[in-house]
Amino acid sequence: MTLLSVKDMKTNIGQYSVLHGISFDVPEGGVFVLLGRNGAGKTTTLRSIMGLWQPSANSVSFQGQDLSGMGTADIARKGIAYVPENMGIFGGLTVEENLILATAKGTFDQKRLQRIYDLFPAIEKFWTKQAWSLSGGQKQMLAVARAIIEPRALILIDEPTKGLAPSIVAAMGEAFREISQSTTILLVEQNFNFARSLGRDMAVIEDGRVVHTGSMAGFAADTELQGHLLGLSA
Amino acid sequence: MDKLSETLGRYGGVNLLPVVLAAIAFVLIGAPSSWVTLTIAGLSMGMMVFLMASGLSLVFGLMDVMNFGHSAFISFGAFVAASVLAALGGWLDSDSVLLASAALGLALLAAITFGLAAGLFFETVIIRPVYRDHLRQILITMGALIVSEQIILAVWGGTPVTVPRPSFLDGAWIIGDVSIEIYRVFAFGLGAVVFTGLYLLLNRSRIGLLIRAGVENREMVESLGFKINRLFIGVFMLGSALAALGGAMWAGYETLITPALGGEMMIVVFIVVIIGGLGSIEGTLLGAIIVGLTANYIGYLAPKLALASNMILMMAILMWRPSGLRPAVK
Repeated sequence: MTLLSVKDMKTNIGQYSVLHGISFDVPEGGVFVLLGRNGAGKTTTLRSIMGLWQPSANSVSFQGQDLSGMGTADIARKGIAYVPENMGIFGGLTVEENLILATAKGTFDQKRLQRIYDLFPAIEKFWTKQAWSLSGGQKQMLAVARAIIEPRALILIDEPTKGLAPSIVAAMGEAFREISQSTTILLVEQNFNFARSLGRDMAVIEDGRVVHTGSMAGFAADTELQGHLLGLSA
Repeated sequence: MDKLSETLGRYGGVNLLPVVLAAIAFVLIGAPSSWVTLTIAGLSMGMMVFLMASGLSLVFGLMDVMNFGHSAFISFGAFVAASVLAALGGWLDSDSVLLASAALGLALLAAITFGLAAGLFFETVIIRPVYRDHLRQILITMGALIVSEQIILAVWGGTPVTVPRPSFLDGAWIIGDVSIEIYRVFAFGLGAVVFTGLYLLLNRSRIGLLIRAGVENREMVESLGFKINRLFIGVFMLGSALAALGGAMWAGYETLITPALGGEMMIVVFIVVIIGGLGSIEGTLLGAIIVGLTANYIGYLAPKLALASNMILMMAILMWRPSGLRPAVK
């Protein structure tokens, strides 16, 4: 069943046309990966889905409902969380405050909080610390924890492994695997090995257009296609 | 250098600056009684400037709006309070402290109410169409400021307006050689109460958490499901009301006001906001206290430098800390 459908989405930023007609369907469950070279339009695609850039009319539907034209806050309330490339954590707030802000009622569901502690022990350890004092990996954990502190149907995650140490990347991969059991993830990722280990379905974006969609297993097996679309050598 | 900074940080860091400033002034002034009088005057001036500047700092920090019209709220607050006090002159002149207090309370309340209403109008009509466009913000808020000053001229005239004070706030307490103006102590106390209220609002409430988060990253607050525009309106109204309250308090301090009051104070307000760091209430208070003390100490020690002192102070602090003393965003 399709959870998110993007159909011929065009996005302009100022006078520049950045997306020229993006189309892909994200099925419910698992991890859907958006791949592509730098500047292809992956981040713009996530921001357009989230309403941070205005996509063309009737181009984004979530659970059958049109999202294009809605404000970002309304889109978030539909059950979509967003983890931006820069993580978007609030440095002047404590770890606890960052998380409590993402709760609907200002109180924690202890069961969900325990799940977060289990996934990211650093969150519990640095609970009262101001977020700016965390390391890059801990900040990324906080950003993901904030996305799952409430039940969500879909999480958009933009390049979560960028600049992280291999051990943190591995831990993040484990966490995503666990989260994707209950929540669909739309992941933008440059690290192909990381993306391959998680993705069930995928699409490749090039110059503001989707140039390939299919299963991750199929794409991972086709080294020629990888080389052609992503510039990866065999 | 890092070690020195770490050691200073343990003992209060930049919060110690007013203490250091006061200690240096104590040595230079020599006469303890003059030093006490100047210090109280500086703290009191700082608190009144804090009232005027705190809202601008939040508006700058949260909304990224350069509102040069902020001084209009200061002027209107002063004139509205002056009019209410003049209308309630009978209460002020009576021997009853209760009636005089009521007159003062009503005057301050009128200024705050006017500030809230004017803030709502200003945000909705003037600011909203120019979000994310700094050049237009400067032009339109400067235009709105000129129109506001003309409205004040039309309503209250160009001649200075006398501001009556309740008799219980007139005069001074004499302790030994030290003279302490009662109104200054009142202004300091009111500023402290407002600061405490703002501090609690920002640090102990969900709305405050949202405001602090919004100062750092508006997009992310929206992405968490909060409509930041509603928060903008609320913060703008709060900022305008605080400016009007500051203007009303300043009017009582000066006792003679002109339509240029807001514009004159605005330079100091901008200096305080820049020194303190955008979006930070604690930074604004720190900046305001430093500016108040500096203005009074330099005014006594080197009167010819009084006008330039705060500019020099701002330049020195910005060279040391380009984001201000206590910016909200690290």
